[in-house]
Amino acid sequence: MTSVSAPETPPRAHPGRRLSTFLFRHPRTRLALLLALPVAWMVVVYFGSLVVLLVSAFWDTDPFTAEIVREFTLDNFKTIIERPVYRDVAWRTIQMALMVTLADIVLAFPIAYYMARVASPRARNLLVVAILLPLWASYLVKVIAWRTILSDGGVINWALEPLGLSFDGYSTVGLWLVFTYLWLPFMILPVYAGLERIPASLLEASADLGGRSLTTFVRVIVPLALPAVVAGSIFTFSLTLGDYIAPGLITSEQFIGTVIYNIRGQALPTAAAYSFVPIVVIVLYLLVARKLGAFESL
Amino acid sequence: MRRKRIAVWAALGLLVAALSVVAAGCGGGDDEAGASTDIEGLGTSLEEIQTMARDEGEVNLVQWAGYAQLTDEFEAATGCKVNTKDGGSSDDMISLIQTGEYDGVSASGNASVRLMTTGDVAPIDPDLVPNYADVQEGIKDQDYNSLDGQPYGVPHGRGPNYLMFRTDDVPEDTDSWGVIWEDDQLAKYKGKISIYDDSIFIADAAVWLKATQPDLGIDDPYQLNQEQFDAAVALLKKQAPNVGEYWPGTPASQIAAYTNGDSVVGTTWPYQYLQLTNADPAVPVKAIKPVEGTTGWSDTWMIYSQAAHPNCMYLWMDHMISPEAQAAVAEGFGEAPVNLKACDLTTNENHCSDFHADDEAWWDDVYYWTTPVEDCGDDDDSTTCVTQEDWKTAWTEIRG
Repeated sequence: MTSVSAPETPPRAHPGRRLSTFLFRHPRTRLALLLALPVAWMVVVYFGSLVVLLVSAFWDTDPFTAEIVREFTLDNFKTIIERPVYRDVAWRTIQMALMVTLADIVLAFPIAYYMARVASPRARNLLVVAILLPLWASYLVKVIAWRTILSDGGVINWALEPLGLSFDGYSTVGLWLVFTYLWLPFMILPVYAGLERIPASLLEASADLGGRSLTTFVRVIVPLALPAVVAGSIFTFSLTLGDYIAPGLITSEQFIGTVIYNIRGQALPTAAAYSFVPIVVIVLYLLVARKLGAFESL
Repeated sequence: MRRKRIAVWAALGLLVAALSVVAAGCGGGDDEAGASTDIEGLGTSLEEIQTMARDEGEVNLVQWAGYAQLTDEFEAATGCKVNTKDGGSSDDMISLIQTGEYDGVSASGNASVRLMTTGDVAPIDPDLVPNYADVQEGIKDQDYNSLDGQPYGVPHGRGPNYLMFRTDDVPEDTDSWGVIWEDDQLAKYKGKISIYDDSIFIADAAVWLKATQPDLGIDDPYQLNQEQFDAAVALLKKQAPNVGEYWPGTPASQIAAYTNGDSVVGTTWPYQYLQLTNADPAVPVKAIKPVEGTTGWSDTWMIYSQAAHPNCMYLWMDHMISPEAQAAVAEGFGEAPVNLKACDLTTNENHCSDFHADDEAWWDDVYYWTTPVEDCGDDDDSTTCVTQEDWKTAWTEIRG
């Protein structure tokens, strides 16, 4: 073995090097190559499926075979506007989403505040792990577990029995508990991050200027944390609005998701038309959230 | 700047237009199957089918939970690996088979008629299914498994939808659907009633009305005129606030609800009843065909008209009507076999008489699931009936 380095392949001929030179000289090509995959994904898979869904809302079905007839019609929209059941279900779902969001704010704020302002770093880490841990378990397992908890012979009714009370777990209230539990981490984490960003100096300044703790809380902390709370509420609200598995397992009440799921086999276009409802609601919600500065807190 | 923005919008518009064209184009394939039993890639003789099946190596099935039986034996004998997917309702089954991913389906009457009409399933050649000869004659050539005398698929078995109740909450001598329809009974079992979550359940209300309100003149509970239909829907709406669970077609949640007492009375399939009584400890339940009669099903294994594994599917259809598989599924799911040779092979030697396999009179008041159609399925031009599209809408409204 000799350690002679023959200069027969000069470094500039190396193909990798040539490619990088080429890309350096052509920034547009570089950008195109970089973005091709994500853009293709967004446009074809993401928007594409959405467009197919929305287009099918304007199609008709054959009353006997339930096959889709590709003729333009507005009947599906007429159905969901004229039939009161669709309005009732939409309203029930929106109410549920709002109630779940409210409950999560009430529960999450003290926990997040404790983590951000009070807890020692060690306790804080433990709490973060404890909050993230349920997210590692399957959603379905958690809902089924709640089915057992809420059952007539479940732990809630067992605890209420000595008091002579009973609780109908498979109800809207039961579902509200389940949703509140399921989406709580999605509220705690942004609120925690928002509270942590508030500089301690502001709280000291408030105290120096004679603000008592309640005044500081209401006039300094709450306004500064509001965008984070709204950011968290985007998750709790939209996740509740779209879910169809938990409602199906916990209650016999219908929600937007369960209706779409139930009618999709027979009336796919009507189901597609109905899916406009949550889309519109979420868009409106996001517009309000943006006004409140939530997007800077995400 | 402004021009650039217009260009972006134009590009987006073009994209949307292009996608709509794609959307309109795909998923078509509505070529009528006609009465030809030809399926691309299917052998022309039994021997050829058996050889070709070895090359296919698998068969993908849409089934009611618990239907595929003796799959190990089938796989060993044919070399076709069996993959099953459970459907929860006939609508489920139809949308699953229409994905084109499956070779065959166990279709009930409210799916099979639609599938035959759309051409999603193909007619079969009975000569290539040797066990077909042993199927009870009375079940062959029915509306729900044949079109113009041409069989589409092989009959699988039939059974009733039972009234099931926990004997520790509901009197043991209950013999009427009244427990889930009459006002005082509804009040008594409020929140503990278990109902199948599908629009076909409207027919169960019609069965009750047929028996209790003869003025309505209901004959076939699936072909209802507007007045009869409205009466059934009104009855169901009255029942709805008292229902504890609308169980989806996957039986697990109903089994759990009866086990822990959240449900005590309602409609069920024999499958759940057998699961509950065979559980350890056994759940105290009883399942009956009430005096008013009941709805039921007579199912058919059908082959997808563009099946990727047609030879394995033919062998599967033959397998499912073999005496051994018929005995296993009859006892496993709880239904009457269509091949009476199975009766000698059941573990419970009385199974066939328990399920009235050979007792046609018993089935007189079991109304098999079928599709509600506008012309009422009769020859009388003056009658019109509510279509299943309206059944489905009404079901959404009943659930509220």
